[in-house]
Amino acid sequence: MLGQTWGQIADELPRFFSHYNLIFFAKALGTTFALSAIGCIVGFTLGFVLAAVRMTTRPAARPLRIAATVFIELFRRIPFLVTLMLVFFVFQALKADLSMFSVALISVCVIATAFIAEIVRSGLESVHQNQWDAALTLNFSYLQTLRLVIVPQAWKIILPPVFGFFVLFIKDTALASQIGVIELAFAGKTMNNKGFSATLVYGTVLALYFMLSYPLARFGKYLETRLAPTRNR
Amino acid sequence: MPQLEIVDLKANYGAHTVLERINLSVEKGEIVSLIGPSGSGKSTLLRVLMGLLPPISGQVRIDGQALDYNDRAQLRRIRSQMAIVFQQYNLFQNMTVLDNVTVAPIKVKGRARKQVEDYAVQLLEKVGMGAKLASYPDQLSGGQQQRVAIARALALQPSIVLLDEVTAALDPELVTEVLDTVRLLAADGMTMFIVSHEMGFVREVSSKVVFMDAGHVVETGDPRQVFDQPREARTREFVGKILRH
Repeated sequence: MLGQTWGQIADELPRFFSHYNLIFFAKALGTTFALSAIGCIVGFTLGFVLAAVRMTTRPAARPLRIAATVFIELFRRIPFLVTLMLVFFVFQALKADLSMFSVALISVCVIATAFIAEIVRSGLESVHQNQWDAALTLNFSYLQTLRLVIVPQAWKIILPPVFGFFVLFIKDTALASQIGVIELAFAGKTMNNKGFSATLVYGTVLALYFMLSYPLARFGKYLETRLAPTRNR
Repeated sequence: MPQLEIVDLKANYGAHTVLERINLSVEKGEIVSLIGPSGSGKSTLLRVLMGLLPPISGQVRIDGQALDYNDRAQLRRIRSQMAIVFQQYNLFQNMTVLDNVTVAPIKVKGRARKQVEDYAVQLLEKVGMGAKLASYPDQLSGGQQQRVAIARALALQPSIVLLDEVTAALDPELVTEVLDTVRLLAADGMTMFIVSHEMGFVREVSSKVVFMDAGHVVETGDPRQVFDQPREARTREFVGKILRH
């Protein structure tokens, strides 16, 4: 039985790795990569901004602080699929002619921002209050305090969960297939529907996801050692 | 005119009043020590002066000018004239000794790096830390960290220095090295507020001693008067207890 399956896969291989199929998979990989990479970069940047806004104590920044808190608390609690549908229907209601890829991209950015903002906030809060006090009494501005004192000390708390989130997040981009975006999971389903063996198709999809997420995890480790050196150990 | 004047100051932690009717006048070059039992409001008074805890009412005047602690620009001005050294040193853990001392003059005051570094090295040598410029705080002993913290406070050339129980977190043998550093500053004629439980030291360096209890100033006088002939019963009780040790 097993021998029969391997034989079937071997027979399919030349047809499966045809020029057209390779381009199809490469495009799907590119889409997953773009959704993941842009989601991670935008999420990381805006996540930092939202965390910083959420931690201000200035009375004038209160409306911004409330807006940031509502955004973070809301989108961390909504399933990704629901966010995807929400973005899709909101833009449809606004009669904005967005591609499915754009809808998926906006959704992943929203989700990544909300989750990373919370990770960053907890990292920033892990730095002892006496560091804030010292910076304040030396007349550092809020941004100087964050940039020069707090963030450099918070990296070691922020980076591991952020990269853990990125790895989960790459897998979650598969949900974009639900609105018809041709990414890796969608490509797998299509090839399976074309009659190729599920083992071969999803084995290939697995390898491609691994190709995306493993280097990212390594990069996270590299950043941890670069940005969060442990001294005196 | 006094360099610093505190008039009828009141401060709260939430609904709890921690300082009330504080009146104090300090001349330039005076060394004022705040003594009293734990929780009497000594450290809180320093936090209020630095704007870490805004007062509820009353006034702080520097060179005759009343300060508004709700005005951010004024707060910055206050903090550029006063520097505080904390009990737990509060050095920036991600920076070397030299960076800890130079970061504020360079980044906040915008002074030239070379000039600031030269001055910082001078200060660090003065406090006996000239050989540790490239060390990180977690590589130093408590006494060494506290001396760096004193150098950092001085790097901004403040006119008033507040020392908040700077020896309280140190091993007894490290206390002397920090107190020697403070003696050096005292000899320079800098105005200082010292919160300390080191009574021998307080008696030796202070020009004025303020005894506080339960958020109030109970008695103010020169060290000999407060320690040897206290006017108030509460001061007598406190001084009697600590001198028996």
